[in-house]
Amino acid sequence: MARVVGAAETAPANHAWEIRAEGLRVAAGRRMAVDGIDLAFGTGVHGLLGPNGAGKTTLMRALATVLRPAGGGLELLGESVRGRVDLRRIRRQIGYLPQDFGFYRRFTVREFVEYMAWLKEVPKSGIADAVQHAIEKVGLADRADDRMKTLSGGMARRAGIAQAIVNGPRVLLLDEPTAGLDPSQRMQFRQLLRGLSEDTCTVVSTHLVEDVATVCTDVALVDEGRLVFQGRAADLAAAGSGTDSGDSPSERGYSALLARHHASGEGAR
Amino acid sequence: MNDQHKAHASIELIRRYARADAIAGEVLWSLESHLESCPSCRARLAKEVPGQAPPTAALVDRTWEALAPSLTTGPPVPRRGRLARLAGWTSPVMLPWVVGAALVAVLAVAVDSFFAVPGGRPLVLLLAPVVPVLGIAAVWTKSLDPAYELVAATPRAGLYLLLRRTVAVLAVVMPVLVVAGLTIGTSSVVWLLPCLACTAVTLALGSVIRLERAAVVVVTLWSLGVLAPGLLTSQLPVAVAPVAVPVWGAVFAVAAAVLILRARSFARV
Repeated sequence: MARVVGAAETAPANHAWEIRAEGLRVAAGRRMAVDGIDLAFGTGVHGLLGPNGAGKTTLMRALATVLRPAGGGLELLGESVRGRVDLRRIRRQIGYLPQDFGFYRRFTVREFVEYMAWLKEVPKSGIADAVQHAIEKVGLADRADDRMKTLSGGMARRAGIAQAIVNGPRVLLLDEPTAGLDPSQRMQFRQLLRGLSEDTCTVVSTHLVEDVATVCTDVALVDEGRLVFQGRAADLAAAGSGTDSGDSPSERGYSALLARHHASGEGAR
Repeated sequence: MNDQHKAHASIELIRRYARADAIAGEVLWSLESHLESCPSCRARLAKEVPGQAPPTAALVDRTWEALAPSLTTGPPVPRRGRLARLAGWTSPVMLPWVVGAALVAVLAVAVDSFFAVPGGRPLVLLLAPVVPVLGIAAVWTKSLDPAYELVAATPRAGLYLLLRRTVAVLAVVMPVLVVAGLTIGTSSVVWLLPCLACTAVTLALGSVIRLERAAVVVVTLWSLGVLAPGLLTSQLPVAVAPVAVPVWGAVFAVAAAVLILRARSFARV
């Protein structure tokens, strides 16, 4: 069965990075939760790491075009999302799983993902197939016609990932997807993450170092609304030494970088 | 395009292909890609296989036999769920509010018919213009909608979804109001235009402050300016008198214009 390849898929990309932020500032309420971040994410799986309250969720919401940046530049798929732009075209190519994502409990998994596919303007004729494909990909095919309220926390999150990938996004944003999952579910999630399309730019925000160390091609570490480090996961591990706190090289690197950032912040004041 | 093939495969080539004879790589490649798109050459191949390659024919027959049971029943055709389809017009959280709004209209009619005062102001007339606003309050409301964040990041979010849901509210509430209007015997225009104007003003105001707050503001203003004077004094408020109809028409036009100009403000949280 030949798949129809759309013109948009074969068109050469006119951008070097799927996500590019320059001096990005985003407010969360009155607080400037993201305060001047420079980032460049291409295809691959990127870990967005940082302590709770570092501004990860605010940054993710800005990347999902839900929040309007307060300053700086933000380009998604080569298009600026500041000012008066048509967000519809960009949003069609984004998949987003919010941190505390809610759903309608009476919907079945299939209805939930279908509804999201419709909202994401997946062509009507392709919805049924896209939904089935997404549900199979997250391993919920046998629960597809069960109501959302009957799912366990881990399964509901997988349904959330199914809705995020149903439109075949080129930018996939997963905010704390492993929060509240038990260790074996976290392992399953990492497996799932490896199986997702390779030509997508996936950003996974987490406060768990072990999540990013194993699956992510590179890591961005944020603290207090600023970027502390961006590099390969191996570089994160190399930044730490035996004296830093943590149970693994990556964790030691994580705490070393954060401590260094705090020290430089104190020194600047 | 199928009919535009300049040359079909020669019968000799097809026979060699059926026998799995050695065929030069590029010839094989072009033959196979031709077969994929040319039904008549596939038919010729199918006719040649039993004579040229009995083992292949036997394999094909066996495969057919194995597949036949599942082919007759066919895979379950995933059909779009009832709830997902309905959700295109109304989110599940809106339902109680819309029903509540319709009930207010029914109650007003009941009050009018059981406690009618000769020469009194019909309650339906005093309430009708703000009845839809009660439903509009739940159209796009963060505190009510668990899936608010998910929906907010989709291309259809914004004025488009807002208007679809508004239409759904009006489609339920308006028929109730029309029937209610008939029972009191006044012209529908007297309350229909203020009704549309109040709805449009709520939406326009909702582009500046949150929609549910806008609904509270409009209902409060209406209660203080029209409902209370109408109930407390013996005069019919000017707002629902025939002379006010052109004014309400103008209010509606201005609110609609503001709504269109500020359409983008609904696209972000």
